[in-house]
Amino acid sequence: MITLQVNGQAHEVDVDPDMPLLWVLRDTLGMMGTKFGCGIAQCGACTVQVDGAAMRSCSVPVSAVGDGKITTIEGLSVDGNHPIQKAWVEHQVPQCGYCQTGMMMAADALLKAKPQPTDADIDAAMTNICRCGTYPRVRAAIHTAAKA
Amino acid sequence: MNEMPKRALDRRQFLVTSTLAGGGLMLGFHVPGREAQAATAAAPTPEVNAWIMIKNDDSVIIRVAYSEMGQGSLTALTMLVAEELECDWNKVQAEFVDPRLNITRNKVYRGMATVGSRAIRSSHEYLRQAGASAREMLVAAAAQRWKVSGDECQATKGVITHIPSKRTLTYGAVAEAASKLQAPEKVALKDPSTWTIAGQPLQRLDIVDKVMGKPVYAIDVKLPGMMYAAIAQSPVFGGKLKSFDDTGIKDRKGIHRVVGLEAAVAVVGESYWHAQRALKTLPIVWDEGANSKTSNADIAAFLSSGLTQADVPVARNDGDVNAAMATAAKVVEAEYHVPFLSHAAMEPMNCTAHFTEDGLEVWAPTQNAEAILNSAAKASGLDPLKVNVHLTYSGGGFGRRGGAGPGDYVDQAVRIAKAIGRPVKLIWSREEDIQHDFYRPISSAKFKVGLDAAGMPIAWDTRIAGQSIQSTGNPNAIKDGMDAGFLICFTDNPYDVKNVKVDYGMRNTHVPVGYWRSVNHSQNGYFREAFFDEIARAAGQDPYEYRRKLLVNAPKQLAVLDAAAQKAGWGTPLPAGRFRGIAQVDGYGSFVSAVAEISMNPDGTPHVHRITTAVDCGYVVNPNSVQAQMEGAVVWAMTAALYSEITIKNGRVEQGNFDTYRMLLLNKMPQVDVVLVPSGGFWGGIGEPGAPPVGPAIVNAMLAATGKPTRSLPIIKRTVGSA
Repeated sequence: MITLQVNGQAHEVDVDPDMPLLWVLRDTLGMMGTKFGCGIAQCGACTVQVDGAAMRSCSVPVSAVGDGKITTIEGLSVDGNHPIQKAWVEHQVPQCGYCQTGMMMAADALLKAKPQPTDADIDAAMTNICRCGTYPRVRAAIHTAAKA
Repeated sequence: MNEMPKRALDRRQFLVTSTLAGGGLMLGFHVPGREAQAATAAAPTPEVNAWIMIKNDDSVIIRVAYSEMGQGSLTALTMLVAEELECDWNKVQAEFVDPRLNITRNKVYRGMATVGSRAIRSSHEYLRQAGASAREMLVAAAAQRWKVSGDECQATKGVITHIPSKRTLTYGAVAEAASKLQAPEKVALKDPSTWTIAGQPLQRLDIVDKVMGKPVYAIDVKLPGMMYAAIAQSPVFGGKLKSFDDTGIKDRKGIHRVVGLEAAVAVVGESYWHAQRALKTLPIVWDEGANSKTSNADIAAFLSSGLTQADVPVARNDGDVNAAMATAAKVVEAEYHVPFLSHAAMEPMNCTAHFTEDGLEVWAPTQNAEAILNSAAKASGLDPLKVNVHLTYSGGGFGRRGGAGPGDYVDQAVRIAKAIGRPVKLIWSREEDIQHDFYRPISSAKFKVGLDAAGMPIAWDTRIAGQSIQSTGNPNAIKDGMDAGFLICFTDNPYDVKNVKVDYGMRNTHVPVGYWRSVNHSQNGYFREAFFDEIARAAGQDPYEYRRKLLVNAPKQLAVLDAAAQKAGWGTPLPAGRFRGIAQVDGYGSFVSAVAEISMNPDGTPHVHRITTAVDCGYVVNPNSVQAQMEGAVVWAMTAALYSEITIKNGRVEQGNFDTYRMLLLNKMPQVDVVLVPSGGFWGGIGEPGAPPVGPAIVNAMLAATGKPTRSLPIIKRTVGSA
């Protein structure tokens, strides 16, 4: 049994310690907001936060998380009122939306580390792939969220 | 208008879109997600017509037959219906059409295939008529209730007013009565200049849910007793499964079974990870078939032969090209080439299939719900009416899930579910997705243009060689070796040249091809517009002014060219080292021009600083969505032009994941300025037409910077294995 701290709650999971956090979240805990995109930590669709830092959960064995506090999109807010979510709505960022939960978790981690990021900070931190092409709005929304 | 609160799609409606004709609810299908349990029986909702249901609390449900894969048509189509319905936009929800309903109701929802940037331009008329017709029925029901003439009544924002007496009734109060009335035979549609919902930059209906991670994509479906399948397909196209040895994994913890298919093998386990991990260790023997020795050089030589073959079919022959060429003061010649490309939609191919006592339930991301319903029926052996396809949002599509062979992953999931006798969710790895696509075809162009003494083109000869999509996807469309769609941008080339010849050397390889966001327009638009700048250079003319002269008979193309040039400041001074390029390509019923501003990196690659695009799509239904599609098209086109290439070695694709099939990231994103110049009077598409001019605008800026044309893509080539 492994105990995971997810969105402020402890979850006991009986899983293989090698199982990546992504699949524990999705297939064991049924938290489907975190997405599978590539499986090799390239695309960022699976981004969650562990102790506030962005992490690509497809490539993190669940045993490596320890008692780190995991935050997923489901834990960003209960009502969609997190500054990142509000900025994402204001700028109408998502298109297909599939990559956006990971994108928002990465953006929130950036703002935790750098509350007033420059464009260069955003360039360096936001390496998630969006095939629909929402990048200009992602950048604008991060600046808006930083002002909130 | 854009300050309105947004309504999320009702999650239950979205998940369980299986309302039967007559308002009865057929369901009881259980989707325990991380949130609400499945819908239970609810009171029947009056259906005013096939598209519109109105509840007694005045909320309006508008059905949408087209898939939503990010392009925003779910919202725009709903806006068109709501506009004519005269309902309160704040009370509107959208619901996907159950594709089986379209069969049982005699195609009342018409087309569902969401391809070719056609959602709005194919359906705007019958959708607006549905809204207007329902409005008239609601008014008639109110007038009957009041025993007055309908002419004395008016509907606004979901409220019907009897003008002389000032009595009012809401839509919800009369929906039941209206649903029993005969639909009017004819309805008048509003003039777009009087629109109050359509034409406004409204927030999309799906975004509030999407920022909360709430939507259930097909890959998120979870059923009781469901197993997970990972799949390996024959690495060589056309190969078959010969054998596999499951002794090493079948008793492993978390592994249920290994299922062999005709050209694939699937490992089924209790999580996707268990299945995928075991699959990687499974010894598989493939019968690689006839194509296992074919590599890129073979394909290149084969393609090249299509540029020189005699006696190919001719698509266009205006005047006398050879005679005019003989009189030319100058002749410009060049060959251009583009590679195979993959789609790489962010949601990998997946399908959940569940055989029930009543038939088969299927969830899959799709652009063509009716096609996958038929794929599932065929794979299961069931009557199509026993198959229920649940439409979900699709995590991208880009043509992969709508055109040639859209049902491959559905076919597999159904066969696996049948074999194991349990519900199963099949997920393709990203490698399977990149290596088993229906690719944008390879294509080459050979040009010869003759200029007169003033530098104006008097003869333009174009030979295209490439792999026809229609020859496998729709063979009946091929006549005498001609695939007319493959030559778009040349058969309808808007530049004013009197002597024009366009012909085609079809070159079909073993690599499967299909539609791809802006497919032939992206290829031929690049060929034509990049070569155009070579002509302009040979003529010693500014490429923008040269286009203006030759667009004398193409006012809409000229208008967007001017709009983009003006916004981008064409002709105004640039900082040292900066260069501009321009291009224009019309397609999918819309007109687009792009200007790129670049500098050259020391390694010879371009740094794109700014892209300006101008678009005329006729009527704009939601300017916010149009702008978003134009921005997205810039990313799509830049990725393809700068990085993308699928190469073949020993019959199989060399690239595998995003480490070898490179995507544009945010840090390479230029400033993007979009100018909407809608001229009205027509309905153009918007999902695809933004992309084609972007690539040639970039290479034309590179030509301006370096004097060297870029005659093949991608601009930044790299071989697999290099950094």
